Amino acid sequence: MIRWRYQFDLVYELTKKELKVRYKSSVLGYLWSILNPLALAGVFYVGLGLIVGVKGDDRHPFWLTLICGMFPWQWFFNSVNACTNVYVGNANLIRKVAFRRELLPLATVLNDLIHFAVSIPVIVAFLLVAGGGPSAHWLYGVPLLMLAQLIMVYALGLIAGTLNVLFRDLSNLVAIFLTMLFYVTPIIYSLDHGPIAARIAPYRGWILLNPAAAVVAGWKALLLDGRFDAGYWAMAMVYALVALGVAQVVHARLRGSLTEAA
Amino acid sequence: MNDFVIQFEQVTKTYTLCSHVSGGIKTFLFHLPDAIRQLRNNRFTALDSVSFAVAAGESLGVIGPNGAGKSTTLALIAKVLAPTAGRVTARGRVLPLLELGAGFHPELAGRENIVLNGVLMGLTRAEVFARMDPIIEFSELGPFIDQPVRTYSTGMLGRLGFSVVANLDPEVLLVDEVLTVGDMAFQAKCMARMRQFQTQGVTMVFVSHDMHAVRTVCDRALWLERGRVRMIGDSAAVTAAYEASQPAPAAAEAAQ
Repeated sequence: MIRWRYQFDLVYELTKKELKVRYKSSVLGYLWSILNPLALAGVFYVGLGLIVGVKGDDRHPFWLTLICGMFPWQWFFNSVNACTNVYVGNANLIRKVAFRRELLPLATVLNDLIHFAVSIPVIVAFLLVAGGGPSAHWLYGVPLLMLAQLIMVYALGLIAGTLNVLFRDLSNLVAIFLTMLFYVTPIIYSLDHGPIAARIAPYRGWILLNPAAAVVAGWKALLLDGRFDAGYWAMAMVYALVALGVAQVVHARLRGSLTEAA
Repeated sequence: MNDFVIQFEQVTKTYTLCSHVSGGIKTFLFHLPDAIRQLRNNRFTALDSVSFAVAAGESLGVIGPNGAGKSTTLALIAKVLAPTAGRVTARGRVLPLLELGAGFHPELAGRENIVLNGVLMGLTRAEVFARMDPIIEFSELGPFIDQPVRTYSTGMLGRLGFSVVANLDPEVLLVDEVLTVGDMAFQAKCMARMRQFQTQGVTMVFVSHDMHAVRTVCDRALWLERGRVRMIGDSAAVTAAYEASQPAPAAAEAAQ
C-alpha cells in the first residue's frame, strides 16, 4: 500500500531530521546524550552518595544503580518533555500541511529511543567495570522493555502535546510534574533490594501507580541483575496500552482544534 | 458535478474565541462557568455559508481585505481545517505553496529540506529523490543547496520553496501570496511555470492582494468579504469591482 509506504517515509524523514538537528552545532554532538544522564548520575552520586551517605544495596554499588536507572529515565523525561511542545513548536507546519499529526511526537520519541539504544554499550562498560555484564535475558528483555517504554512515552507525549496547544500552561506543569515523578521512580533507590526498599515497602504499591516506576524498575532488574522481570514488564505494558488508548481518544477529539489553536 | 476539482457547498467555518482558555488553566478554572459559556457562544465566523466550485484546470483568484477568510479557504481546501458546517470537496494531490520556509528546518541543508518538504507534502522518499535534480536545477541555488537553510536569504528561501512544489506534480496548487519574494527573473520564472501548470491542466487557487497578478494568472476570481462571497466571476470584472470599492488612495494607486 503506497499510503503506508508514505507514512513510513514521513516518520523516517522526521526522525532523521530530529537526529541531525539536535546536536547540529555542538562540538560533542551525540556524546551529549550519554554525558547528560552520566552527569546527572554524578550529581546524585556526590550529593546523595558521598555527602548524605546513601549506600547501594547489598549487591551493587550506589553509582551503578544510579547509572542503570538514569538512562531509561532520561529517555522517559526527554520524550515526554519534548513532545509537550511538539505541536506548539511546529505550528506553522500544522496550519499549512495536512499530514498525520501523530507522526510528529512519534518521530520525537523514536529519536530518543535511538539515543537510548546507542547508550546501552556505555551502560555495559560501567557494568563490566563493576564486575557484572549483560546476560542472555537481554536478548529479549531489551527489545520488550524498549517496546513498552516506546508506547508509553509516545502515548503520554501525544496527550501532553495535544493538550498543550489548548492549555499552554501545560508545558510548565509537565516539567514540574516530571521532576516530581523522578522521586517516585526507583532511580536513586531500588524497590526490591536494600534498606531503602525495606523502608518504603508499605508505599511500594503507590509508587508503582507511576507508569515510569514500572518501566524503570524493569530496566534496573534487567541491567543490574540480568533478570527479566515479567511482572514489571507486564505492568509497564498495561500502563502503556491504557495510555495509548487515552491518547487516541484525546487526540481524535481535539485533532480539529489542534490546527485552529496552534 | 464530477468535473469540479474543488467544491464548497454552504461551507461555514467558525473559530472559538477563547480568551479564558488561552489565558491559561488558572483563568479557565477560576472562571469555569464563564469559560464554558464563552466556549459555546463566543465564536468568530471566518466563512459564512460559502459556495463555489473550481473546475479541473481552472485558476481561481481569491481576493478580499484582511480577515475576509481567504487563508481559511485555502486551509479548508488543503484539508488542514475541517468545515464547521457544509461540505468541502477537493480531489487529487493538493499541494500548498508554503510561505517562506514554513516547512524548512533552518539547520538542515537545502537538499535535506527538499526531502523533508516532499514527504510532508505526501510523496514517498523515492518519489522525492526521483525529482531531486529538476528541483535543484529549477531553484538555481547551485552550491548553496548543500548549505544550511538558515544561511539563505529571503529570496533564496522563496526559490527553494517554489522549486519543491513546482516539481511535485500538483493536481491542485494552493498559492498564498508568496511570489513577491525572489528577484524579477525568478518571479518571471515562477509565473512562467504557473502558466505551464495551467496548460497542463493543473487547478490553481491563488490568494493575492496584487490585482494585476490575479488578472494575469486567473480565469476567475472570488471576492470574499467578512466570510461571505461578495462576488465571483471573470477575474477582470471581479478585480475591477474590488478596486472600485476600495478607498481613494488604493484605487488611485491601482489606476497607475
